[in-house]
Amino acid sequence: MNTKQPFEQAVTEHGGTVLRVCRVLLGRHDADDAWSETFLAAMRAYPDLPETANVEAWLVTIAHRKAIDVLRARGRAPVPAGKLPEEQTGLGVPGAADDDLWGAVRALPDKQRQAIAYHYVAGLPYAEIAQILGGTSEAARRAAADGIKNLRKNYPGGVPS
Amino acid sequence: MNELDDLFTTPADDDTLTRLHRRLEHAAESEGLLDVAYRTVDSPVGTLLLAATPRGLVRVAYDVEDHDRVLEMLAGRISPRVLRSPGRLDAVARELEEYFGGRRRSFGVPLDLSLSTGFRLLVQQHLPSIVYGQTRSYRQVAELVGHPRAVRAVGTACATNPLPVVLPCHRVLRSDGTQGGYVGGPAAKTTLLNLEAAA
Repeated sequence: MNTKQPFEQAVTEHGGTVLRVCRVLLGRHDADDAWSETFLAAMRAYPDLPETANVEAWLVTIAHRKAIDVLRARGRAPVPAGKLPEEQTGLGVPGAADDDLWGAVRALPDKQRQAIAYHYVAGLPYAEIAQILGGTSEAARRAAADGIKNLRKNYPGGVPS
Repeated sequence: MNELDDLFTTPADDDTLTRLHRRLEHAAESEGLLDVAYRTVDSPVGTLLLAATPRGLVRVAYDVEDHDRVLEMLAGRISPRVLRSPGRLDAVARELEEYFGGRRRSFGVPLDLSLSTGFRLLVQQHLPSIVYGQTRSYRQVAELVGHPRAVRAVGTACATNPLPVVLPCHRVLRSDGTQGGYVGGPAAKTTLLNLEAAA
């Protein structure tokens, strides 16, 4: 008998992480669509997922592809730093500096932003990230490190050490 | 606390996740992926788990059955595409509310009896013929289904009823008039019998 957990458990346990990954990859606005596409595709494929699979890494892999689809569908590259969505004014509001932070994240090269999302947000080991991005784990590790270095340079608010 | 750490670790807000979950429920239903939808309802016999396939209501489970274990069983027996999705269960939730309010005597929602087979299925299908407010003995039910000596097997069929309350195994008692066992525990059986006797 199949011992796989109900799909609901994957949504409950990993929904929050996948949303944060999508936000780092795409910004808040497009993250919801990427999340929806990710979990719908995951639900479709779930019965064929091996029982031993790492569900979170699998979901992040799907989110990675869906985020690329969302960007392609919108026919644009990530919005460069400085062009922030109008709704996010937040003048004088605590945490408004997040806008600069989002801008800095958006300005990163794709690989660096992806490596940061999968390592720092999803907590995946670099070996798993290498499988998602292609290339070696060393290349994935370097992309994350370069990304953090770039953020530190472009965003003075502070970065994880 | 530095802000980039916040960005990486702050939990996504519950409102957003609730909204996205609802969107997933609708998308899964319209794409034909919602193999098992479930929700819970509060009732005078405790929290009931309700689960339905596209064919109909497939499982009603008492708290004492352990809802998580029941959902795992459904994932194994029917499909792992199990999602909390109250919409499909609106009709049965409404009928149960009417039943527990004394305003309903039988259930009209479509049922999916695919969790039962053989003699158990035969017995469970006959349970609705015991009308509201009446009771039968295990022996009488055995006679009703044409297997008068299968009294013990009738007991097993009642104990494994996947749809308690809706398929009224609580209306089956011992020949001496004492209650006998119940999947939801003896207190739940008493509550249901008293409810029907009072209405």
